[in-house]
Amino acid sequence: MNTTSDLALITPDGVRRLIEVLTARGYRVIGPTVRNGAIGYDAIDGIDDFPVGWTDEQDGGYYRLRRRDDAAFFGYAVGPHSWKRYLHPPQLRLWRAERSGDDMRIIDEDDEPPRDAFIGVRACELNAIAIQDKVFLGGPYVDPHYRSRREGIFVVAVNCAVAGGTCFCASMGTGPRVGSGFDLALTEIVHDGAHRFLVECGTDVGAQVLTELPHRPAPPSDIEAARAIIERTAQSMGREMPATDVPALLRRNLEHSRWDNVAERCLTCGNCTMVCPTCFCTSVEDETDLSGATAARTRRWDSCFTMDFSYIHGGSVRSSTRARYRQWMTHKLSTWVDQFGTSGCVGCGRCISWCPVGIDITEEVRAIHEGECDGDDS
Amino acid sequence: MCLPMQSDPMQPVPVRVLTRRREVADTWTLELEPGDAAGRPFAPGQFNMLYVFGVGEIPISLSGDSADPHRQVHTVRAVGPVSRALAALSPAATVGLRGPFGQGWPVEAAAGADVVLIAGGLGLAPLRPALYYILSRRARYGRVALLYGTRSPGDILFRRELERWRRRLDLEAWVTVDYAGSDWVGCVGVVTNLVPSASFDPADTVAFVCGPEVMMRFAVAALQKAGVDDAAIHLSMERNMKCAIGHCGHCQFGPLFVCKDGPVLSFERIRGLLSRKEI
Ligand SMILES: Cc1cc2nc3c(=O)[nH]c(=O)nc-3n(C[C@H](O)[C@H](O)[C@H](O)COP(=O)(O)OP(=O)(O)OC[C@H]3O[C@@H](n4cnc5c(N)ncnc54)[C@H](O)[C@@H]3O)c2cc1C
Ligand code: SF4
Ligand code: SF4
Ligand code: FES
Repeated sequence: MNTTSDLALITPDGVRRLIEVLTARGYRVIGPTVRNGAIGYDAIDGIDDFPVGWTDEQDGGYYRLRRRDDAAFFGYAVGPHSWKRYLHPPQLRLWRAERSGDDMRIIDEDDEPPRDAFIGVRACELNAIAIQDKVFLGGPYVDPHYRSRREGIFVVAVNCAVAGGTCFCASMGTGPRVGSGFDLALTEIVHDGAHRFLVECGTDVGAQVLTELPHRPAPPSDIEAARAIIERTAQSMGREMPATDVPALLRRNLEHSRWDNVAERCLTCGNCTMVCPTCFCTSVEDETDLSGATAARTRRWDSCFTMDFSYIHGGSVRSSTRARYRQWMTHKLSTWVDQFGTSGCVGCGRCISWCPVGIDITEEVRAIHEGECDGDDS
Repeated sequence: MCLPMQSDPMQPVPVRVLTRRREVADTWTLELEPGDAAGRPFAPGQFNMLYVFGVGEIPISLSGDSADPHRQVHTVRAVGPVSRALAALSPAATVGLRGPFGQGWPVEAAAGADVVLIAGGLGLAPLRPALYYILSRRARYGRVALLYGTRSPGDILFRRELERWRRRLDLEAWVTVDYAGSDWVGCVGVVTNLVPSASFDPADTVAFVCGPEVMMRFAVAALQKAGVDDAAIHLSMERNMKCAIGHCGHCQFGPLFVCKDGPVLSFERIRGLLSRKEI
């Protein structure tokens, strides 16, 4: 965290004001809100839309909302949504084509996207955004759709005050304290006095926005309280990734018997890939209207768990469940490092909570680690 | 957002079909406009993404001469919805084109060495630009051998050209078929059987291999047996491709994206992957 002078204190009313200020500045404000029994990220109008006084209980294949005994705004971990919904939409019309006779025209379809302000971005999620930046902006080709959404965002990060039952960011080095990539970062304090938020500015725009909010310098006792909150979260992670060189472990265990074991449980539903904040795979669909004069291409999230994903003439390259689960997990934790210089997992735990059969990526790594001599072919 | 056309690598450029020629029963060669007055330069072994209106888009290798960037030549085997629609297009029709993409054959790095090109079936198409390149700079290479295997005499691709190549004194061109009638005087058997017959110095040879994956595995084994180094063997890999720019994830082969790290990859890099099932 920055020096004391950079830290301010705001009240819940200050957060209410923050949403107003961002809206007045032309942002579409997206934040956490209760939807269908879970906390998702959606457009919000004010603090009443927050999951005030709610928390979540999470475990393998398990997610439930539960009441807290206070009125905390951010007293839960992450839900099934991630910010990739907005930066890399689940479905996007890329272009339209028109045909007349032998001629064809291609017309750009992506409208100017709204400028989004994200409120409640967690440390793991900031890391996930940084990872997708590498995928879509860091290579020889840039995805203009991602870029136009990404460029304008305003990020209000939140330091986690509770760890979820499936969280393991501490062992991935991606949380729970937010590092960089935010305009403002909040730490919510609900005990020992009034409900309040410690605010840290990450950018000049963030500092300007702060000047428009009622705020005061943070007293040293609150700075210490915030530090202790984050420390406690780090100590209460529900899961932990084994402390070993995981990329190398998986590289030398591509034929481990654990892949057969997990294949007996995995339903190849692809939920894990849909909820993962870093999974970026897509497919394209081409269609024509009834008259045959216009055609369009739509890009959709895709999953390496489908048979079509690896289809080449003659059959799928990865037809067994074993091969598809292995592809997913080795990509997340091993080959991603070769491709992008970082792990593809930020330890958010979503894939564990939302797997219908509760398959746990940390547990699978542990099993391979502990049974290394079994089926090892290095 | 109205970005300039070229800034979106997923947006095809409409180009016209100039000519269409039937090669064998299910395979056609299409010559396309480059869609750019300056031409569309490519390297041997690269591919384009070709879009048929409303049907879909598939990766197809460039099979023409890279010395002429004004003609984008593609040889297409009609195997499914998109390739069938593509192969059926008549001259003047318009297709969407993106490319060229990928890493091609290391033709420059091979200068000075003997070169062995091994093609199985349609694999001859992506190798043809490499052969054109080498033959037009013939003096810079050592011995050059083309080993081509296909199903039957009726499936021989680029037949007239192969006959011309066979008559050259500075190129060894071998053709073998899996099965043939009594009118066939050439070799019968798998293409890898030809490796021991070709003349090259294994210590100073670069091999380019393209064909079905099984055939490539056998070709590698034959080359290794002849003494060619793993780093000197190059294969063109095929995987599902939806974007060709490293964004869709479909073409992954272990840590590699076949679309941008390949399709041509040295065997040394993929040794541990090619030997495994379902990677
Ligand atoms: C780098 C590269 C170069 C190629 N060069 C040639 C060539 O020169 N000539 C040639 O005839 N073929 C080539 N192919 C193979 C060609 O792309 C496939 O035959 C073609 O995609 C099949 O699509 P389809 O719709 O006709 O048939 P199907 O096999 O029925 O395909 C059904 C669907 O699966 C998808 N699909 C199947 N295979 C692929 C694939 N490899 N990539 C992406 N999507 C796929 C398509 O979207 C298609 O709509 C190449 C492939 C690659 C990766
Ligand atoms: S792999 Fe699982 S824990 Fe890791 S970032 Fe993706 S969803 Fe979160
Ligand atoms: S690991 Fe779980 S969520 Fe992922 S595909 Fe298998 S069953 Fe579905
Ligand atoms: S084809 Fe999309 S990543 Fe290679």
